[in-house]
Amino acid sequence: MATTVQPPTVTKIEKPSGPKSGNGGWRPLVPVGGDARSVQEYAPPPASTGIWVALAAISMTFAALTSALIVRRGGAVDWQHFTLPSILYLNTVVLLASSVTLELGRRRIAAYMGGVRSTAQHPARWLYVTFSLGLLFVVGQYIAWRQLSAQGLYLATNPSSSFFYVLTAGHVLHVLGGLGGLHRVIRKLSRLDLRRSTLDATARYWHFMGALWVYLLVLLWMKL
Amino acid sequence: MAFVAVLVGIVLSWLMRLHLGWTNLAIPGLHLLSANGAPGNVMTPEFYLQLMTMHATIMVFFVLTTAPFAAFGNYFLPIQVGAEDMPFPRFNMMSFWITFSGFLVLLSSFFVGDGPTLGGWTQYAPLSAIGTAGGPGEGTGVVLWAVSITLFCIGQLLGSLNFITTTLDMRTRGMSLMRMPLSVWAWFITSVMGLTAFAVLMPACILLILDHVAGTSFFVPSNLVVNDQLLPHSGGSTLLWQHLFWFFGHPEVYIAIVPGMGIVSHVLIPNMRRPLLSHRVMIYSMVSLAVLSYMVYGHHMFVSGMNPISSIAFSFPTLVITIPATIIVLIWLGSLYGSRLRINTASLFALGFISMFISGGVSGFFLAQPSIDILLHGTYFVVGHFHMVMGVAAMFGIFAGTYFWFPKMYGRMMNETIGKVHFWITFAGTYAIFMPFHYLGLAGVVRRYQAFAPDYMQRFTPVHQAITIAALTTGAAQLLFVYNVIHSRFWGKPAPLNPWEATSLEWSTPSSPPPFDNFGGKLPVVYHDPYQYGIEGSTGDYVMQTSPEQIHTKSDEV
Repeated sequence: MATTVQPPTVTKIEKPSGPKSGNGGWRPLVPVGGDARSVQEYAPPPASTGIWVALAAISMTFAALTSALIVRRGGAVDWQHFTLPSILYLNTVVLLASSVTLELGRRRIAAYMGGVRSTAQHPARWLYVTFSLGLLFVVGQYIAWRQLSAQGLYLATNPSSSFFYVLTAGHVLHVLGGLGGLHRVIRKLSRLDLRRSTLDATARYWHFMGALWVYLLVLLWMKL
Repeated sequence: MAFVAVLVGIVLSWLMRLHLGWTNLAIPGLHLLSANGAPGNVMTPEFYLQLMTMHATIMVFFVLTTAPFAAFGNYFLPIQVGAEDMPFPRFNMMSFWITFSGFLVLLSSFFVGDGPTLGGWTQYAPLSAIGTAGGPGEGTGVVLWAVSITLFCIGQLLGSLNFITTTLDMRTRGMSLMRMPLSVWAWFITSVMGLTAFAVLMPACILLILDHVAGTSFFVPSNLVVNDQLLPHSGGSTLLWQHLFWFFGHPEVYIAIVPGMGIVSHVLIPNMRRPLLSHRVMIYSMVSLAVLSYMVYGHHMFVSGMNPISSIAFSFPTLVITIPATIIVLIWLGSLYGSRLRINTASLFALGFISMFISGGVSGFFLAQPSIDILLHGTYFVVGHFHMVMGVAAMFGIFAGTYFWFPKMYGRMMNETIGKVHFWITFAGTYAIFMPFHYLGLAGVVRRYQAFAPDYMQRFTPVHQAITIAALTTGAAQLLFVYNVIHSRFWGKPAPLNPWEATSLEWSTPSSPPPFDNFGGKLPVVYHDPYQYGIEGSTGDYVMQTSPEQIHTKSDEV
């Protein structure tokens, strides 16, 4: 063993705390004078990385289901085609519209937090609209399932209906998760405790749900 | 949890070994584990398969995946990158409890209906998807298995999410990616693999559950007659499960072994008092292992009846993947060559890991050839291969990590004498158990058979008996480890803050165990590469990562 020394005293730099300038993380913990935009907290945005990671995992899951569908259909002698309920197209419009309203909401919130108070309106209004459209989408998907089961197509009726239910139900579950996220954002906004990264991550997730649904719709339309 | 799981797993393997050696032996108390699997405490063939399935599932999922990756990773990854905590502590807690409930669900299958599933850890459909027609445990047992694994997947996905985000976002000042210790790199690579692999297994398990409870036919083909019953399913794909499973399954074995590689490198370096020959090449090799692991999964399916051309297509990357594995081994051996290694239990287990990895890896060359694999696939050769390269090697990684980090985790040293005895018995015992497996396999002894009484394999029964004795001895030696952990936890010699004179951040915490926020309120600043040992011009023979001391080395100039 070579000669050893005590490790030298370590210089440590404290994490910056307290008010900071700039428009970075906007999480106004202590609203000064009732104004939401004054205090910034040093906040590394792990949420934005985390959401990309989560989206990668969700993509893998649906990619696996897609490959299962293609393999299952390739070797099938019993595959029955059926027409997709037309309400699905309406649902698509609803979900895409909710993405648009979410973006409008984000602009409004950013303007509000950035100090440009363009209107006296509550900035969460568009988020409520998005949330309702999301709920409407879930209800619409439920109606689509009811229509299919009225035709006698259940989960176990045929592989095509099995995949339809599995893929749509999987997607709806993820949309419900997104609704939970939106609810959290609205709650945090009303408490003036919202981080930009939280909102951005939720928005990314929500747009991804829209894109995933369009992908699934095309897949189902082509393959069922 | 992994600690309990590994004990359960060992006991299950004991039961199987006893049965293989002495087919009609009555094992007292066996009937407690199974309603009708052990009349008169003698194991039925079905119960043997149930035990085998549970042994494999518990070991692969709940030990080899959780212990080196989730357990050590959760503890040390944030410290080693200089973070107070993971970014999503709530996810972390959820991850643990979901995994734990998955384990409970799996164990509960022992006490439900005909007991656990007997389909093997691979749970091949269609036989696993046809319900009780497939045999005892194929009804509720499979459903519980699939539910348990689904939960496990969710737990691991949440954990991986945390690991990746911590590594990318929570590094402290000065901690560049190349300054991360190899263990952090290994956990990071593993979590990327886990994220993609478990995300595929989870939907597969859900489809399997649906085949059971909802009457769908994803996996069951038409006109399948099992045990004289025509099954109502139709048109399912028999190979679909295997593809989905092994797309997860092969990365899974790297999920088990790569953290071990990281831990072993991290343990060896401070004991060699020199860095590895190349930090970067080591990292790149682990990354290429991870990437290639997705392209080789078909080598588990050479005998499945898939197109022979795809066998060749899968054989090629299987041979290619040995290149980064060999580079990793050569880096270890080259770095060890001529170093004055400090012999302690941790470094012994690290050496043991390398030994196991080489011994088990070499038999992989044979199995990578489709023509040889067709001969050996169903034999004990494969059993010996994966137990050495993945099972025991990963266990040695866990042991090395435990002996190495114990002083940090509990502030006390483990007993070196007991540790060394534990190592030598385990090391010798492992070879005594698993080397004969290779010879048995070459001689044509079939795996997954519960007894060889009336046929040509009967003459190998003495070998099985010898293996059983070795397994009992080696398993019992693990009690030394249990004793050492418990005894040292409470009565061990108090450990200094940096007992191994190591450089990485976990040894710079103000106390052992580290305070709740890891660094006592002040995040460290990193000035150096993770392994600065034997540096000319520095004040000692090592430089902590947090030391502001100026040293001029080639690696710093780069």
